Amino acid sequence: MARVIPTLQKQGAPLADGAAQRARLADTPVPRSFADALRSAGLYPLRPTQIEILQINVGKRCNQTCRHCHVDAGPDRTEVMPRAVIEACLRFLQRAGIPTLDITGGAPELHPDFREIVTRGAALGAHVMHRCNLTAILLPNYADIPELLAAERVEIVASLPYYQARETDAQRGEGVFEESLVGLGRLNALGYGRTTGLVLNLVTNPVGTFLPGSQAALERDWKRELKRRYDIDFDHLYTITNMPISRFLAFLEARGRTADYLSMLANAFNPAAAAGVMCRNILSVGWDGTLYDCDFNQMLELPVSATVPRSIFDADLAALEAREIETGPHCFGCTAGAGSSCGGAVA
Amino acid sequence: MPDRPHYYHQHDLPRFGEIERGAPELARKFFDWYGAVFAEGTLSAREKALIALAVAHAVQCPYCIDAYSKDALEKGSNLDQMTEAVHVAAAIRGGASLVHGVQMLNHVDDLGM
Repeated sequence: MARVIPTLQKQGAPLADGAAQRARLADTPVPRSFADALRSAGLYPLRPTQIEILQINVGKRCNQTCRHCHVDAGPDRTEVMPRAVIEACLRFLQRAGIPTLDITGGAPELHPDFREIVTRGAALGAHVMHRCNLTAILLPNYADIPELLAAERVEIVASLPYYQARETDAQRGEGVFEESLVGLGRLNALGYGRTTGLVLNLVTNPVGTFLPGSQAALERDWKRELKRRYDIDFDHLYTITNMPISRFLAFLEARGRTADYLSMLANAFNPAAAAGVMCRNILSVGWDGTLYDCDFNQMLELPVSATVPRSIFDADLAALEAREIETGPHCFGCTAGAGSSCGGAVA
Repeated sequence: MPDRPHYYHQHDLPRFGEIERGAPELARKFFDWYGAVFAEGTLSAREKALIALAVAHAVQCPYCIDAYSKDALEKGSNLDQMTEAVHVAAAIRGGASLVHGVQMLNHVDDLGM
């Protein structure tokens, strides 16, 4: 595939709209509703356990246009989290005593205040996580970022679907694998994946319409092959299921496989995975400050329950921890098989 | 009886379990054993999926090729590995034919002068 393709928004595609995506998913037959699946597991209505992670999506700009991207991120996106929202996020992080700040995007590095967010988050005592595509850090204006991340002991969660080029490039764009190896080499040279306290985790999404296999088994294979072939080290591999949202939903639609894929996810519903879904301990903040149960709901434009304040500017921790989590058919993506979360398998 | 113009139907694969309708005890034993065979053991589950994919081609079972193409991908195998596995099956099938040529040679030696 080409290195960069126009985003759904740039194409003017109907599925660029979150409501249109939700309508398409609602129209797709599934063996049972997600609410019924939760009921069978004794988890309905789904509620948070405790908010332990504040995940802020700082914008949709990215130097890549991965085919499975649930954000529809790309170079043509202009959404960037304003300073006022950043300040409100940091205030809430401190006020609520949330231990982890998870920075995502887009490519978060492309945000003009990324360095400051990292530094100030760490200064507040938060464990800072950065979701890295491994190529933005190679761009001329961002080459200093790996050193900053190492200095602040930021945990890096980097995307690499496979340990060779064909599969990686099929998902992430031509030439991305080779560049990702350069990025990984730079991180390893700083001690990431090799030194205690400099954590480098990799994420693999299946390169296709199938579920990820055993996270532990794949991690063994990835570690062996990346070391043998390229002398690359990392800490853990996270398996994440492709969500039927945004560009992956468009891909399913183009193949006429939306119903098959949703049914596969629904038939693989795992109550243990449902009990550990990430929306139970995460609060997701959109670039404009709107609050969501997760980054997937964010892209579907499905904010937190209307029973609680929906903006970071008036976020209420106690109310948020008592809310009902908004769910839909896409949630089967997080409960299939061993489960899927921002930290990989959950069951 | 639904119209069935072909012997093989993709939607029959997930109905495999219905074989228990007759001889349920035998089906139970088979599926228990089948599950145990494919569990992680001395061989990894990924290696077993590749063996299954190769055998599926040797026995030319479309259901098995469908199931184990997907299973091999899920377990982390790639197209190169899967293609090599199919070549192994093809080599054994081809070799099995060719090695019988020795029997042919024996007959020729017996019959000839």
